[in-house]
Amino acid sequence: MTTLEVKNVTKVYNVRGAGRIKALDDVSFTLGARQTIGLVGQSGSGKSTIAKILTQLETPTHGEVLLDGEAIPRRGPGLRRYRQRLRMVFQDPFASLNPSHSIRHHIERPLQLDRVVPRKDVDAEVRRLLDRVRLEPDAVIDRRPHELSGGQRQRVAIARALASRPDLLIADEPVSMLDVSIRLGVLNLLAELQREEGLGVLYITHDLATARHFSDEIMVLNQGRVVERGPADDVILNPQDPYTRELRAASPDPEKHFGRPAVPVAGGAR
Amino acid sequence: MTDTLLSVRDFSVVYDVDPPVAAVKNVTLEIGRGEIVGLAGESGCGKTTLAYGVQRLLKPPAVITSGSVTFHDASGADVDVNALDVEQMRRFRWDRISMVFQGAMNALNPVATIGAQLDDVFRVHRPALSRTERRDAVVELLEIVKVGGQRRRSYPHELSGGMRQRVMIAMALALRPQLMVMDEPTTALDVLVQREILSQISQLRREFGFSVVFITHDLPLLLEISDRIAIMRAGEIVELATAEQIWTDPQHEYTRTLLSSFPRLTGERGMVRR
Repeated sequence: MTTLEVKNVTKVYNVRGAGRIKALDDVSFTLGARQTIGLVGQSGSGKSTIAKILTQLETPTHGEVLLDGEAIPRRGPGLRRYRQRLRMVFQDPFASLNPSHSIRHHIERPLQLDRVVPRKDVDAEVRRLLDRVRLEPDAVIDRRPHELSGGQRQRVAIARALASRPDLLIADEPVSMLDVSIRLGVLNLLAELQREEGLGVLYITHDLATARHFSDEIMVLNQGRVVERGPADDVILNPQDPYTRELRAASPDPEKHFGRPAVPVAGGAR
Repeated sequence: MTDTLLSVRDFSVVYDVDPPVAAVKNVTLEIGRGEIVGLAGESGCGKTTLAYGVQRLLKPPAVITSGSVTFHDASGADVDVNALDVEQMRRFRWDRISMVFQGAMNALNPVATIGAQLDDVFRVHRPALSRTERRDAVVELLEIVKVGGQRRRSYPHELSGGMRQRVMIAMALALRPQLMVMDEPTTALDVLVQREILSQISQLRREFGFSVVFITHDLPLLLEISDRIAIMRAGEIVELATAEQIWTDPQHEYTRTLLSSFPRLTGERGMVRR
């Protein structure tokens, strides 16, 4: 069983003109296999700093991050193995795919670099991964990102993240750039992959509604501190911390104005 | 809604490429004075094309193939927008209808101060104003949107996303237009900033009485702020009703699909199969 432990992590940035800024202040949590933690908070609350520290793009000022009890190697093949086990899906599928490369290339690269399958099986594996994210392999494999819609691109980014067969996935606002009507499909895809691959997922977002439906547990971050955490429904429906209440009050909630909707939600729909 | 500000009749736009794309098809829509009308639909449904089209802001290959747009000015005169010549159109835009553009955070010129950019609006449209009067007007605008007059010397990169968005709103407000078209004005902002901007928009509307066309794919948001909502799909308005009717008694199948597709903050669970 995979366990990622974040222990008392503090991150201080030295910003010219603004002095020392504490982006994270004594943050601790554990992310295990098959678990989804929603990390919510407004811009500048430290959400992305956590993602950067977990991917070792930044090192903590204090505290440590342990994967199965071992510290993350700072460099070399150890770091590479770590990053193979922990993958990231970025917010903007228009920026995270290289416009000059085919979809095939995007998914082939991690397969080759991490030697996931023998060379002769690479093509079949690319197709399997595309199929896995519900893209028609023949229809997209030789296309370039600009020929795909936002939702399709984000599926490619997810397939790429899965290529190295990671244990953990960091999803930083994976659906906020997508149309509202597409979001649910992508979230359901992520939930399904998580179930079937036994992934641990850290879902970073400022959208409380999707965090509630997608996560087991929610952590609320304010100015680098975890101000509230608990089961998703408890945190959203019965927030204790004033900041969580403020976030909730600011989120659009038509039921508050007009009562029960005429149309029920499409449960688990694609 | 008895007092109509803008009447759009049978309006169609075609992108003249091969094969031609009918982006807006025979849309008829009336905007009341002081009303907030939401325009909702997915990417590519034609909502931005419609909003640009009524102000004649479209570039080739877009062609307006049918329809009329009549602006019922506060002075009582009716303006046929399609009949204005280039110079009349230049004066009409921003003065009567202004816009807050999509990605407004990046719509500001990075190498000019926000004061200079606001000043431009007055230099072009109110040439009679003196330098001091223009400066006072700029300061007043920045105060109204709560950025603060002293920030007029700031460059866009020195402001947060929310503040830049407020500057864009200040710019749209500059000439006290009768209609503001807002194209996804809060999409890139986080919920707290979004909420502040929205309450500011409704407060300014109360104060200045302008109408708003609010374009977004974020239906939960539209339901909260709009008086009426037009649901667009493939270039057509498939349903137009008050926000409450859309929520409690949607008529069109597509409206129902849209409503069923967003996770509820407090309502029932089961959106995401887990």
